[in-house]
Amino acid sequence: MGEEGSVGIVETRYWRFAEPPDRVKLRCGAALGPIDVAYETYGELAPERDNAVLICHALSGDAHVAGMHSPDDPKPGWWDIMIGPGKAIDTERYFVICSNFIGGCKGSTGPSSTNPETGAPYALDFPMVTVSDMVEVQHALVCEHLGLERLLCVIGGSLGGMQVLQWAIDHPGAVYAAMPVASTSRLSAQGIAFDEVGRQAIYSDPDWNGGNYYGGRPPHRGLAVARMVGHITYLSDQSMHEKFGRGLQDEGMLQYDFGPPEFQVESYLRHQGDAFVQRFDANSYLYITKAMDYFDLPSDYGSLIQAFRGVRSRFLVISYTADWLFPTYQSREIVRALHANGVRVSFCELESSYGHDAFLLRNPAMEKLMRDFLANCQVDIRRAGSHAPGKR
Amino acid sequence: MLRESGDEMPLRIDYEYIETHVPHGARVLDLGCGDGALLEHLIAQKAVDGCGIDMDESAVRECISRGVPVYHGDMLEGMSMFADGSFDCVILSQTLQQAMEPERVMEEMLRVGREAIISFPNFGHWAIRLQLLLKGRAPITRTLPHQWYNTPNLRVLTVRDFVHFCREKNLRIVDRIFFSTSYRKVPRLAANLLASVAIFFVENRRQQADEERG
Repeated sequence: MGEEGSVGIVETRYWRFAEPPDRVKLRCGAALGPIDVAYETYGELAPERDNAVLICHALSGDAHVAGMHSPDDPKPGWWDIMIGPGKAIDTERYFVICSNFIGGCKGSTGPSSTNPETGAPYALDFPMVTVSDMVEVQHALVCEHLGLERLLCVIGGSLGGMQVLQWAIDHPGAVYAAMPVASTSRLSAQGIAFDEVGRQAIYSDPDWNGGNYYGGRPPHRGLAVARMVGHITYLSDQSMHEKFGRGLQDEGMLQYDFGPPEFQVESYLRHQGDAFVQRFDANSYLYITKAMDYFDLPSDYGSLIQAFRGVRSRFLVISYTADWLFPTYQSREIVRALHANGVRVSFCELESSYGHDAFLLRNPAMEKLMRDFLANCQVDIRRAGSHAPGKR
Repeated sequence: MLRESGDEMPLRIDYEYIETHVPHGARVLDLGCGDGALLEHLIAQKAVDGCGIDMDESAVRECISRGVPVYHGDMLEGMSMFADGSFDCVILSQTLQQAMEPERVMEEMLRVGREAIISFPNFGHWAIRLQLLLKGRAPITRTLPHQWYNTPNLRVLTVRDFVHFCREKNLRIVDRIFFSTSYRKVPRLAANLLASVAIFFVENRRQQADEERG
């Protein structure tokens, strides 16, 4: 294992496709086009073209998963701890791809993009997108634009993990290995409930204005509250206790008023909310949470076992002990249904006091698992040549 | 090959015999697979289609690192996800005595697998009997090195107990191998007194009768 490094200065690239009349038919029945896809790649594609790793991002992520956009960039990509030379997803060995999903607001077509029919932002005229629509667009990017026939591995946490499952179902021949982390085959009632609270916070902000706020004042209050609620669900009782406890802000004295935040946890949540509205579009938040709510493989295919009927990828499924938003039992359901289809699958529940957010944080055990799993996949894909021996 | 260098004892004596017994290309489930050493070996040497189950996170991580498919969880819960007859062999190496519900474990093993391979420490060994008789204290031996208060072994069983169990459950003992404390083979007739470790290869009689009937 070499020294860990950064992929350095990287650039987001854009690809436009589905120009009318060749628009993409979405699951909701609507057609969308043209579609812009923002994406980044790191590392080199091997001459055998068998070392591509696709990263699927979660709710608030984007294509910028590793490296910096400029030398004085204050923050690296969202999973920079995992991706880079010598890191778990080693860019010296793998060609890493990440793209922003449609419906988002980070360069790919979404509700804040211009509707070619009106010349104005789509707002709520943007069609409802689902996880399978997101995957179709990624598939077009990977196969049509980047010219790859097969990915060594598709990796994603949370909503990213949903995309991983959908990839393995929709494109079994294109996914040698799949790694859903802290994910589920269907969002639970609890998950839908929290999403709905977030959406209600946005709807109830007068600035939201039925989604038509572009060019005016965006619904920052509503989106910030949505983010605050979201953040609570990403943590755990223990991690909040360890991080903040009942710790107070500056003076360390209770103020007995409703003024500025008194507890550190309040201040933290307000900060998270305020920072988020600077970089995220409220309508995108609505669309993406809906896509998560709609995700339900058992109902889409009759049963989860049925859903995985044609899957040929091998799997590594990972969950975290303190994740109560996507609890371990939901990962076990995935594993059971994969086994029922004779799919080669490993499952590990990693110990972590952080909640759902655990997958975004440094975790040597997780990093080693990912590194070794990928290395084993690469050995096997090369040994097997063109076969896809994921199935038992 | 399964011996640790610098250690005069075989790492796990039962591994070698299990390896000899498992047919090439068999579908193998290893319960309490630990770090996956046995499965890794069987995959490399016998091209088996293997899968392990273990409760311990670090053991599971080690399996994944070795490229051995593994399920992190309880063995009964894990086995419940497999259809009847999913495996040719189901291995329970030195874990039966630690199982909460050994009877159910055995039933499940012979549901998901055609054959069960079970190894366990024999509590009927003469040294154990003698310790109990003379000292009047819970015995401690090389294969059973724990005190009563920290032993992982919940069940106390002897070779004869297991044979009796098989008869009661209508299980056919296909083969059996016994080892002394010095890892020498022990004759079958003296096994309950001289064996420190026993390996049994067991099948369901009913299932076998079905197969014979075709």
